[in-house]
Amino acid sequence: MSQDPGVWTVLLAIFAGAIRVSTPFLFVSLGECLTEKSGRVNLGLEGTLIFGAMSAYATAYTTGSPWLGVLVAGFAGLSLGVLHGLLCNLPRINDVAVGIALMLFGTGLAFFFGKPFIQPAAPRLPGIPLGDWTGNTAIASALDINPLFFVGGALAWIMAWGFKTTRWGLIVRMVGDSAAAARAMGYSLGRVRLICTALGGFLSGIGGSFLSLSYPGSWNEGLSSGQGLIAVALVIFARWNPLRCFVAALLFGGAGALGPALQSIGVSQGYYLFNAAPYILTLLIMIVSVSPKRSLKDAPSELSITR
Amino acid sequence: MTKRALSIDILGMGKRFGAFQALDDVSISVPAGSFHALLGENGAGKSTLVKCLMGFYQPDGGDILLNGKQVTIAAPREARALAIGMVYQHFTLVPSLTGAENLVMARADVPLVVDWAKETKALNDFLDRMPFRVPLDLPLSGLAAGQKQKLEILKQLYLNQRFLILDEPTSVLTPNEATEILGLLRGMTQAGDLTVLMITHKFREVTEFCDGVTVLRRGRKVGGGLVSELTTDAMAKLMIGETQVPKRAERVDHGVTPIMVDLIALYGTGDDGLPAVKELDLKVHEGEILGLAGVSGNGQVELLEILAGQRPLAEGRIFVQGKPFTPKRAEMDLMKVFSLPEEPLKNATAPRMSVAENLAFRSFDKAPLTKARWFLSGKEIRAKAEALIERYNIRTRSPETPMEALSGGNVQRAVLAREISGDVAVLVIANPCFGLDFASVADIRGQLLALRNKGTAILLISEDLDEILELSDRIAVMSEGHITYLAPAGEADRTAIGHAMAGH
Repeated sequence: MSQDPGVWTVLLAIFAGAIRVSTPFLFVSLGECLTEKSGRVNLGLEGTLIFGAMSAYATAYTTGSPWLGVLVAGFAGLSLGVLHGLLCNLPRINDVAVGIALMLFGTGLAFFFGKPFIQPAAPRLPGIPLGDWTGNTAIASALDINPLFFVGGALAWIMAWGFKTTRWGLIVRMVGDSAAAARAMGYSLGRVRLICTALGGFLSGIGGSFLSLSYPGSWNEGLSSGQGLIAVALVIFARWNPLRCFVAALLFGGAGALGPALQSIGVSQGYYLFNAAPYILTLLIMIVSVSPKRSLKDAPSELSITR
Repeated sequence: MTKRALSIDILGMGKRFGAFQALDDVSISVPAGSFHALLGENGAGKSTLVKCLMGFYQPDGGDILLNGKQVTIAAPREARALAIGMVYQHFTLVPSLTGAENLVMARADVPLVVDWAKETKALNDFLDRMPFRVPLDLPLSGLAAGQKQKLEILKQLYLNQRFLILDEPTSVLTPNEATEILGLLRGMTQAGDLTVLMITHKFREVTEFCDGVTVLRRGRKVGGGLVSELTTDAMAKLMIGETQVPKRAERVDHGVTPIMVDLIALYGTGDDGLPAVKELDLKVHEGEILGLAGVSGNGQVELLEILAGQRPLAEGRIFVQGKPFTPKRAEMDLMKVFSLPEEPLKNATAPRMSVAENLAFRSFDKAPLTKARWFLSGKEIRAKAEALIERYNIRTRSPETPMEALSGGNVQRAVLAREISGDVAVLVIANPCFGLDFASVADIRGQLLALRNKGTAILLISEDLDEILELSDRIAVMSEGHITYLAPAGEADRTAIGHAMAGH
C-alpha cells in the first residue's frame, strides 16, 4: 500500500463522501418510503428538499443556531407535505401531477425567499469528531461525521421495526396495499396518507437542511441538482424497505463522491462524467428493476405508478 | 351448553333506490345454528338485503330481530359489535401483510406495539380449535385462492362472529376446496357454534349443505322453505320465473376429425418471473371441446395469455391447421383464432370506451368499418354494434355506453359476441361463466356447444369441474404448468381428475 497512496486517498475520500452525500438521500428516501407505503407518490420532494435547505440556511443565518435551522427546515417540509396531502385528498386529483407542480412551487419559493442569503455565511452544523485519536488529519476529517447521519440510520431501523410491529405501521401498510380492506376496517385513507405525506415532507426538509448547513454547506440555487428525484428512484431500488433505503443511500452517496474524490488526487479527466455517476446509476437501476414481464416486487399495490 | 349461534329474523324489509325498488317486503327467518341459502339471479336484491343487515344501507322499512330482540344496525361497525360478520366475494385481506398480521389488524383493539411472540402463540392456540389451518407467516399474495378464502372465514371466527354472511364464497374455489370449506362450516353450524347465511347461484351447494333456502326475484321473496322439501327444478323455476331458458343445442357426433390446434412443448414465464407453463403438449381437434381443468394458479391463465398473444412464448411451437402460428393480430385474423380470457372487463376490453367501440376491436381496421383504409365510419361501427347487441342479447342502455357500466354477464356476452360472431376456427376461452347468473350460464354454454357443432375447436379452460364435465368431449388436467391427465369425457372420473389436479 505504501507504493500507491493515491488508491487509499481515493477510497478514504469515497468513504467519507459516501457518508456525507448519502445523508440527504437517506432522509428524502425515508420520507418517500413512508409516503409510498401509504399508497401515494410525492414527486415534490425535490422542491421540499430545496425549500428545506433555504429555510434552514436563512434561519441559521438570522438566529445563529444551525439546529434551529434544521427544525425550521423540517416544518417547512411538513407544510409542503401537508399541502400535497390535502390536494391529493380532493377527488380526481393525480398525485404525480400534484407532485410535479409542488416540486416547481417549492423550488420557486426557495429561490424567491433565498435570494438575500446566497452571499452571507451561516453557522454550520458541527460534526462528531470520531477520528481525532488517530492523529492523521485525512482520517480525522473523513471520520468527522454529522450527527444527522446517525439520526437517519436510527430512523431507518425504527421505521423498519415500526412497519412490522406497531399499529401505526400496520395501518400505513394496509392503506397502501388495499384501500378496500382499510376502508372496510374503518380507517380514513385520506387522513393516513395526509399524515404520511406530511411526515415524509418533514424528513425531506431535514435532508435539505443538511445540504445547506453541512455538506456542501452553503445556500445556492444549484444546491440539490435533482437529489430529491433520485431519492424516489432509490426507494424503488430499495423495494420499499427502510433498511435497504439506508444501504441504497450509501451506494448513491458513494457514486456521488466518486467525482470529487478523483479530483482530490488530481484526476480531472472525465470529471463531469464521474460527477454524473449518480444519474447513470439511477438509469441503470430503473432499467434493471423494471421489466415488462413481471410486476414490481414488493410495491404497495395502491401506488398509482404500479397500478 | 347453550348455543353460541345467533338467530336472525328479517320482517318486511324494503329498500328503494330512487325509482328502483330493490327490496320489497322481504321476510326471512334464519334460526340459530342453521345454514341458510339466499338464491336469486343478479339484481334480485340479495346483495341489498345483506348490506342492509350489515349496516351498509338503511332499510326504508322492516325490522331485524337478533335472537328475538329488535335491533337497528346503523353502520358496519355496529354489525360487527353484534357478532354479525360477512365474507365478501372479493377478498378484503391485505396482500402484502402476512396471515398473522391480517388477523391481528382485523381486531378492533390492535395494541400500539404488537408483541408478536405473544400474538403468534395466541393465534396458534386459536387455530388449534379451528377445523382448518392456514399458514400465518407468509404474505397473503403467496397463498392460493382457497387458502385466502379460508383465512377470510377464519378472520370472522377469530373476531368471534357468530352469524356469518357469505357472498358467493366458492366462486374462487375448486370444487374440492368448496366442498371442504362448506362442509367444515356445516359442521360448525350443526355443533351450534355458528349460523350461516350464504348467497349462492349453485344448486349443488344448496342441496348438499343448506338447511333452509329463500329465493328472491326482482326484490321480492318468491319462495323458500326447507331444502329437503324442494327440488332443484322447483328452485330454478322460482329463481328465473317465467323467463325461458334457451334450450341447449344437441351434441352433434362429428366422428373422427382432423387436428386443428397442436401445441408442442410450450414454455412460458409467469408474472413472478418463474416458469408457469412447462413442456405443455396438447392437441385440439375440429368440432371438439377440450376441457382443461386444474386448480387456479397452475399455469392456465398463462397458457391462455400465450395463445391470445398477451404473453410471450418462451419456447415451443404452435400449429393451427398444420401451419405454424404466431399469436399476432394478422395471423389470428388469417387463421381465425379467437380468445376470451377470464375477467374480460379487465383483460379483453377497454372499460371506458363504448360498447360499440369494444365490439369493433377485431374488425375496426377492415371494410366496411374503415373507409378508404384510413377513416373509421362511426355509422358502420354503430350499426354492427346494434346488430350484435340484438343477436347476443347484450343488455346496455345504448351502444355508446361505456363498457364498464355493463353488468358482469353482459360484459361476458359482449366480448363473446365480438369473438364468435364471425367465422371461428379456434376459440380459447377461460372461465366463461365465472360469477354469472343461471340464465346467463345456460345461454353461454349453449353458444359454446352450438359453436362446437359448427366445427370450431374449443379449448375450454375452467376451474369449475362441473362445467368441464358437462361441456367437454375430452378432458385434460393441468398441474404445475403441464398436462397431467387426458381422457375422453366418457371415460373420465372425478377421483382420477382430482388426483391429477393435485399433481399426482
